[in-house]
Amino acid sequence: MTATLTDHALLIAVVLLALGVCGVLVRRNLLFILMSLEIMLNAAGLAFVAAGARWAQADGQIMFILILTLAAAEVAIGLALALRIYRHFQTLDADALSGMRG
Amino acid sequence: MIDWLWMVPLLPFAGFMCLFVSGGRLRAPVVAAIGAGSVGLAALLAGAITVDYLAAVPPEGAVRQVLWHWMTVDGFTPSITLYLDRLSLVMLLVVTGVGFLIHLYSTEFMAGDEGYNRFFAYMNLFVGFMLVLVLAGDLLVLFVGWEGVGLCSYLLIGHWYRDAANGLAARKAFFVTRVGDALFLVGLLVLFTQLGTTDIAALLQEAGKRWPAGSTFAVAAAALLLGGALGKSAQLPLQTWLPDAMAGPTPVSALIHAATMVTAGVYLIARMHPLYELAPPVQLTVGVLGAITLLLAAIAALSQTDIKRILAYSTMSQIGYMFLALGAGAWPAAIFHFMTHAFFKALLFLSAGVVTLSLNHERDIFQMGGLRREQPLAFWAFLIGSAALAALPWVTAGYYSKGLILERAWGAGSAGRWLWTAGALGALLTALYIFRAVFIVFFGELRTRPSGTQGLRMGVPLTVLIVLSIGGGWLDVPSLLEPLSGAQIAATSAAAGTLRAPEMLVTGLALLGVCLACVLYLWRPDLRVRWLALPGIARLQRLSFSGLGFDRLYDLVLVRPFLWLVRVNRDDIFDAGYNRVASGIRLAHHGLSGTQTGVLRWYAAGMVFGTVLLLAVVIWS
Amino acid sequence: MNLAFYLAAAVAVFATTMVVTRLNAVHALLYLVVSLLAVALMFYILGAPFAAALEIIIYAGAIMVLFVFVVMMLNLGEQAVARERGWLTPGIWVGPALLSLVLLAELLYILIPGTQAVVNPEIVEAKRVGVELFGPYLLAVELASMLLLGGLVGAWQLGRRDAAAQRQEAGHDRDAD
Repeated sequence: MTATLTDHALLIAVVLLALGVCGVLVRRNLLFILMSLEIMLNAAGLAFVAAGARWAQADGQIMFILILTLAAAEVAIGLALALRIYRHFQTLDADALSGMRG
Repeated sequence: MIDWLWMVPLLPFAGFMCLFVSGGRLRAPVVAAIGAGSVGLAALLAGAITVDYLAAVPPEGAVRQVLWHWMTVDGFTPSITLYLDRLSLVMLLVVTGVGFLIHLYSTEFMAGDEGYNRFFAYMNLFVGFMLVLVLAGDLLVLFVGWEGVGLCSYLLIGHWYRDAANGLAARKAFFVTRVGDALFLVGLLVLFTQLGTTDIAALLQEAGKRWPAGSTFAVAAAALLLGGALGKSAQLPLQTWLPDAMAGPTPVSALIHAATMVTAGVYLIARMHPLYELAPPVQLTVGVLGAITLLLAAIAALSQTDIKRILAYSTMSQIGYMFLALGAGAWPAAIFHFMTHAFFKALLFLSAGVVTLSLNHERDIFQMGGLRREQPLAFWAFLIGSAALAALPWVTAGYYSKGLILERAWGAGSAGRWLWTAGALGALLTALYIFRAVFIVFFGELRTRPSGTQGLRMGVPLTVLIVLSIGGGWLDVPSLLEPLSGAQIAATSAAAGTLRAPEMLVTGLALLGVCLACVLYLWRPDLRVRWLALPGIARLQRLSFSGLGFDRLYDLVLVRPFLWLVRVNRDDIFDAGYNRVASGIRLAHHGLSGTQTGVLRWYAAGMVFGTVLLLAVVIWS
Repeated sequence: MNLAFYLAAAVAVFATTMVVTRLNAVHALLYLVVSLLAVALMFYILGAPFAAALEIIIYAGAIMVLFVFVVMMLNLGEQAVARERGWLTPGIWVGPALLSLVLLAELLYILIPGTQAVVNPEIVEAKRVGVELFGPYLLAVELASMLLLGGLVGAWQLGRRDAAAQRQEAGHDRDAD
C-alpha cells in the first residue's frame, strides 16, 4: 500500500515538475518565471520527502530542508534582481532583455 | 703554372664582383678595363698553363685539382675539383681567347649604353661559369657551370630589358633550355645512384667496368644527358630558342650563342664519350639529330632577312655538324670543328655587328647593300668568315674541320654513310645561304649609307679572328686530343687515299653553292624572282622563314594546353577545397551563433530539450 | 487516509495549473500558496510532519509572502494584465506543452515501476530529523547558513537604490513633511 503511496507521490511530483517547466517556457513576465521555478523546486522537494518516507529515514526531510534553504536564497536574490530590472528597463518582459545575443 | 688553374675561373668572377659591387659608380674606361682585363688575364694564364702542360705532359694526360670538399653526406662526398686534360685545355684556350677578343670588341661596341657596367658584369660572370663548366672534374660542378651559363644567357639576352620583346626572348631561351637541364639532372642522378660517384673520371671508369655495351642504364643515362645537351646546344627538338636569342647585343650573340655556351652540349658529350660508346643506340641518335638539325637550320637560314638570325641558324647548323661527328664516334673531330667554328662564327658576328652599328642597329639585309666599299674591314672579315663557314678548300679553317668530320662519318659504317650524305647536302646549303648574305649585304647598290667606321678596339679582334679563321685549321688539334698510335696513323693514311672522291664531291658541292648564290643574288636576280613566283614556292619560303614551323607547333601542342590549364586553375582548384573547409566552418559558426538569441526562455527551452534527450538516451540504452 | 492524500494531490495539481495560466500576478501567487498548502498536507500523510510544518511556515509563509510584497511594491496595475493577455496566446502553449509532456512521460517511465512493498508508513518525527541534522549532516547545515548569508547580502546590495537616488528621495521626503 505504501509502495503505491510513494509511487503516487512521485507521480504527483513529476506532474508538478512538468507544469513548472511549462510555466517557465511559456510565461514572459519575470515574476511568473520565478514562480514557475518555485513550483519546480517544490516538486523536487516532494519527491525527496516521498522517497524518505518510503525508506522511513530522516534523510528525505533533511534534503527537503536544504532545498527549502536554497529556494529561499534564490527567491531573495531573484526578486531583488527583478526589482533592479524593473527600475532600469521599466519592463519585466524577459524577451526584451536580450542584450546578450550573438 | 698548372697549380694556378683555380685562378682561371676566379679572375672573371672577381671582375664580376668588382663590377657588381660598384653598381655603376665606376667610369666607363675603368669598367672596360676590369671587364676585358679580367678575361684577358685569364687568357694569358690559360696560355701559360698550356705551355706548361705541353712541356711536361702530366701522367695519364690529366691534372686533377681538388679545391675543397663540397659536402660529406652518408655515401655521397662530392668535391669541387678542376680537371685539366687535353679536351679541357682546348676548350679553355678557346673560351678565354675568343672571350677576350669579344670583350675587347664590346668595350667599343657597347660604348654609350646605359647598362655598360651591368653588361660587363654579366659577361664576366658568364665567362667564369663557362670556365667552371669546362674545367669541372665533377658532374655536379659541371652542372653548376651549366646552370650558371644558362642564367647569364637569360640576363644578357634581356640586357635591353625595357623592350618587352627582349624579355620574352630571354624567358623563352631559359624555359627551353630548362627542359634540357631537367633531363640532365635526372641523368646525373641515374649515374650517381647506379655508380656511386659524381667524379667524372671515376664515374667513366666505373661505367666501363660495370655496364656492358648497350645496357639499359648506360642507354638511359646517355639519353638523358643528351637531352640536356640538346637544350643547351639548340638542337632538335629544343632548338626554338636560339633564333629569338638574337635579341641580345651582338657581342652576347657572338660569345654565348656562337662560340661558347651553345657548344657546352658538344663538350658534355665529348667529355662523357666513354659512356656514349657504351650506348650505341644513343650515339646513333646523337648523329641523326645532328644531321636533321643541320639540314633543318640550313633550310631555315635560306630565307631569313635579319642578318643575326641567318647567323643564328648557321650556328644551329654547324653544331649539328658537331653532333654528327659525335654520333660517328669522332669526338676529336667535333672539338676541332668547335674550335674553328668559334673563330669564324665570332668573326661573322663581330663583323655583322660593325655593319649594324654603322647603320644604326639596322639588321634587315634587304636594307643594306653595296657596303664593301664603305666598310672594307667588315667586308673582308665577313667574307673570310663566310668562306670558312662554307669550308672553301685549303685556305680556310672550316675546310679542315668539316672535312675531318665528314671523313670520319664516311668511315663509320652504313649509318655513317647516311650521315655523310646529310653533311654533304648541308655543305651545299651552307655555302648557298651564307654567300646569299654576303652578296646581298656587301654587293649591289648602296641602300642605306653607313656612318662612321670601327675603331681600334673593334678592328684588332676582327683582324686576329681573320688570321685564326684562315690558319686555325692548320693546327693539328685532333691529334693533340687523341694521340694516335703508330698503327692507327698507318691506317688513316692508307684510308686517306680512298677518300679522294667523297672529299672532292663535298668541296664541289660547296663551290656549287657559292656559284648558285652568285648567280641568284648577284648576276641574275630576275631568276630568283621567277623562282619565287612558282606555285607553292612562296609557301615553302614562309615555312623556311618561320624555322620550319616549330614555334607554331610547340605553341599548339605545349603552350596552349598549358595556358588553358592555367586559366582553368586560375582560382586554384586545390585551394578551393581548403577554402570550402573554411567557409563551411564559417557557415556553421553563423548557424550556431544564431542560436544565441539572448532570450531567456529560448535558453530554458534548450536546457529542457537537452534534458529530454539525455533521459531518452538513458532509457533506450 | 489515502483519500485525503489524493484530494490534496488533486488540489495541488489544479492550483499549480491555475498558477501557470493566470494573468494577474497576485492571483497566481495566491493559487501558489494553495498549492503549497496542499503539498504540505501530502507531506503530513506521508509521515513527515516536520517537513509539512516547514513547508507551511517557510515556503508558504515566508517565501510567498516575500513574493507578494515585491509584487505589491512593483504596483503593476491594469496595463500589466492587458500585456499578459496579449502575450498568452493559445498558440504559445503548443511547444512547451509538448516538451513538458515528453519530459513527464520519460520521468514516469524511469521513476514509477519497481518500488517494493513496505509496511505502514512510519512517522519520522522532528526529533529524528534534528538528530540527523546535527549529526551526519552538520556540514550541510553550515553550508546552508552560508548560502543564506550570501543571499541576504546579495539581496540587500541589489535591492538598495544608489546614493544619488537616495539623496533625492530623502529630499522629497523632507519636502513632503
